[in-house]
Amino acid sequence: MTQPVSPPRDSTEKAPATGGTPARRAVLFRPDVRTLSLLGVLAALLLIGGITRPDEFLDTRNLQLVLTQASVIGVVTVGMTFVITSGGIDLSVGAIVALASVWATTVATQEFGFAGILFTAVLVGVGCGLVNGVLIAYGGMVPFIATLAMLASARGLALQITDGRTQVVTIDGVLDLGERDAYVLGVPPLVLVFAAVTVIGWLVLNRTTFGRRTVAVGGNAEAARLAGIDVRRQRLYLYLLSGLCCGIAAFLLIVLSGSGQNTNGNLYELDAIAAAIIGGTLLTGGRGTIVGSVLGVLIFTTITNIFALNNLQSDVQQIAKGAIIVAAVLVQRRTASTT
Amino acid sequence: MPQTPLTSRRGLLFGAAAVSAGVLVTGCTSNEPSDAEPTADDRPAADDKPGKPVTIGFAGPQADHGWLNAINDNAEKRAKTYSDVTMEVTEGSNDTAQQIGQIETLINKKVDVLVVLPADGKALTQVGLKAMRAGIPVVNLDRIFNSPQAYRCWIGGDNYGMGLNAGHYIGEKLKDTPNARVVELAGLDNLELTKQRTQGFDDALKNYPNIKKVARQAADFTVESGQAKMAQLLQAQSKFDALWNHDDDQGVGALRAIEQAGRDDFLMVGGAGALSAFQAIKADDGVLKATVLYPPSMAASAIDLARALGQGKGVGGLAEFEIPTSLTCYSAVVDKENVDQYMSTGFK
Repeated sequence: MTQPVSPPRDSTEKAPATGGTPARRAVLFRPDVRTLSLLGVLAALLLIGGITRPDEFLDTRNLQLVLTQASVIGVVTVGMTFVITSGGIDLSVGAIVALASVWATTVATQEFGFAGILFTAVLVGVGCGLVNGVLIAYGGMVPFIATLAMLASARGLALQITDGRTQVVTIDGVLDLGERDAYVLGVPPLVLVFAAVTVIGWLVLNRTTFGRRTVAVGGNAEAARLAGIDVRRQRLYLYLLSGLCCGIAAFLLIVLSGSGQNTNGNLYELDAIAAAIIGGTLLTGGRGTIVGSVLGVLIFTTITNIFALNNLQSDVQQIAKGAIIVAAVLVQRRTASTT
Repeated sequence: MPQTPLTSRRGLLFGAAAVSAGVLVTGCTSNEPSDAEPTADDRPAADDKPGKPVTIGFAGPQADHGWLNAINDNAEKRAKTYSDVTMEVTEGSNDTAQQIGQIETLINKKVDVLVVLPADGKALTQVGLKAMRAGIPVVNLDRIFNSPQAYRCWIGGDNYGMGLNAGHYIGEKLKDTPNARVVELAGLDNLELTKQRTQGFDDALKNYPNIKKVARQAADFTVESGQAKMAQLLQAQSKFDALWNHDDDQGVGALRAIEQAGRDDFLMVGGAGALSAFQAIKADDGVLKATVLYPPSMAASAIDLARALGQGKGVGGLAEFEIPTSLTCYSAVVDKENVDQYMSTGFK
C-alpha cells in the first residue's frame, strides 16, 4: 500500500521548493524542531554535567536545586513570553519583582502574616502591570519606553521603602515553604508553583481565544483590529499578566531567600528575554512558545549549576553564557531552515 | 434613561475593590519599628571642646546597600555630636557625572573641608584635584582617588587585611584538622576589592599546609545571589570544614541556603559586620561563628579628621602636628568573645 505512494513523496521533497508541500511542512514542523534542538542542548548539558561531576550533578538534591533556582525566573519568563508574543516587551519585570518583594516584607506587611505577604506581593505586581498596560494600551506609549520608566521608578520606590536595608522575613509559615520538610513527594513547593504557572500559561496561549488573540495582535495588530479584536484591551491584559507573574515570582523569591531587598530581581528582564528568545519566541511578535521559554530557562540554570559544581569563576561563566546563546540560536536557525 | 448598563456597574465594583485593595497595601510600606541607634555616639571624640566653626561638605554614593547606608548614618551622627561642625550633605548618587556636579556645588559654596566617598575613585580624581586647588582640603573616604594630589588625607578599610584576618582565624581553628577543606563565597568579581580580599585569604591560608581551599564562587553582595551561589557550593562540596563569606548582606542568603540544605558540619566566617551577623554570632546557634569587620565607623572618623583639618589641629593621642595622609582601618575579627563590644556598630 505504502510502496507506490512513497516514491512520489520523495520526489516532491527533492524537487525545487516550488510546490507548496515542503514549505507547509516546514511551517508545521518548525516548533517541534526548535523544541527538539533545545532538548538536544539540554541533553548535551546533562551529559557534560554527568561526566564532569557525576556524584554531585546526577543527584536528586541537585535536580531539586536546579529546578528551585529556575522557578523564580521561570515564572517571570512565562509572563514575558506572552508580552513578547504580542509584539511588546516588558523591561520592568526585575524592578517589579524587587518592588513587590520589598513591599511584601516590610514590618507593617509582616504583621498580617503569610496571607499579607502573598497578597501584597501579588497585588503590587498586578498594580505595576496595570500602570504599564494603561500607559501602553491607552496612553499610546511605546512598550520599551513605558516599561523602562516603570523599571526606573519601581527600583527607586523599592530603594525608598527599604532605605538600602535587607528586610528579613520572620513569618515561619513563609520560611517553612522553602525548607526540605515542605517538599511534596520530593518536589519543592516553589517548583510546583513554577509547574502550575507553566501548564496554565501553555493552556492559555495554545488553547484559548485569549492566546489566539495574543498571537494575532503580535502577528499584525492592524489586521487583528480589523478582525474585531479589541487590541488595546488585549495589550492591557497582557501587561497585567506579566505583572501578575512578577508578583508570584516575588513571593517565590521571598520564600527562597527569606528576605526582601531592593537589589532583588537584578537583570531579570535580560534573563527572561534571553530565555524566551532562545526558546523560539519571535522578538517581533506573532509566535510564542511556553515550552521553549521554560526549556530556555532550564538551559541557563543548568549551565550555571554545572559551572558552579566545577568551580569555574564568574568571568568564564559569563563568556560561556554569551557563547551558548549565540550557538543555540544558530543551531535552531540551521535546523529550522533545513527541514 | 437612568438605566445603568450592567458592565459599568461591574466596572464600578471592580474599581472599588481595586482601590480598597490598593489602600490596604499602601498602608504596608512602613518599616517603623527599626530604631535602636547605631554607632558612633558612644566613643569619645579626639578633642570634644568646641573650637573654630567648620563647615564640612559630605558627598557619598547612593545608599542602596546596608554598609553604604551605615556610612551615611555614621557621618551624619558624628557631625551632630560637635557643636562647631555644620554639615552640608549631598543626595547620594551612583552616577559619576552627577556626583561630580554635586561636589562642584559644594566647592562653589566654599565649604571648609570636603569628605568624599566616590562612586568610582578613578573617575572622580579630577574633581578632587579641583577642590584641592581651590584650597579646600579633601578627606577621601575608602574608595581611593587616582592621584595623591587629589586628597589631603585618605581613610578607608583594608580589603586585603579582611581576607588575611579571615584566613588566619579559620587557620587557627582548623590547624589540628588533617586535610582541612575550605570554601570561599566571594563578593562581586568585577570589583578590585573582591580580588584583594581573596588574595589576602589565600595568602593567610598558605601558612597552614594542612588546609586546602577547594572551591570559590562569586555572588554579587545581594541576598538573592548569596542564596543561589551558596546552594550550588553546598551541592558541589559534600564535605568541608570552613566557609568564608565576603559580605554579611549576601550572608543572609547564604545562611538561608545552608539552612535549606540542612548542613551544620562546618564553621562560617562572615565579612563587613552587619547587625544580623553579630546577633547570630552572639546567639551561637548556627554555623556563623565570626565576622571580619570592614567598619563603617570609618565615616565617623573621616568627620573627625575633617574637623581637625578645618581647625588646623592634629589627631589627639599622636605626637604629629598634622593629621596623617593615610589611615587604614583595621579589620578586626568579631567572634563570641568580643561581639558585645561591637554590637552597637552593626549595620542593618
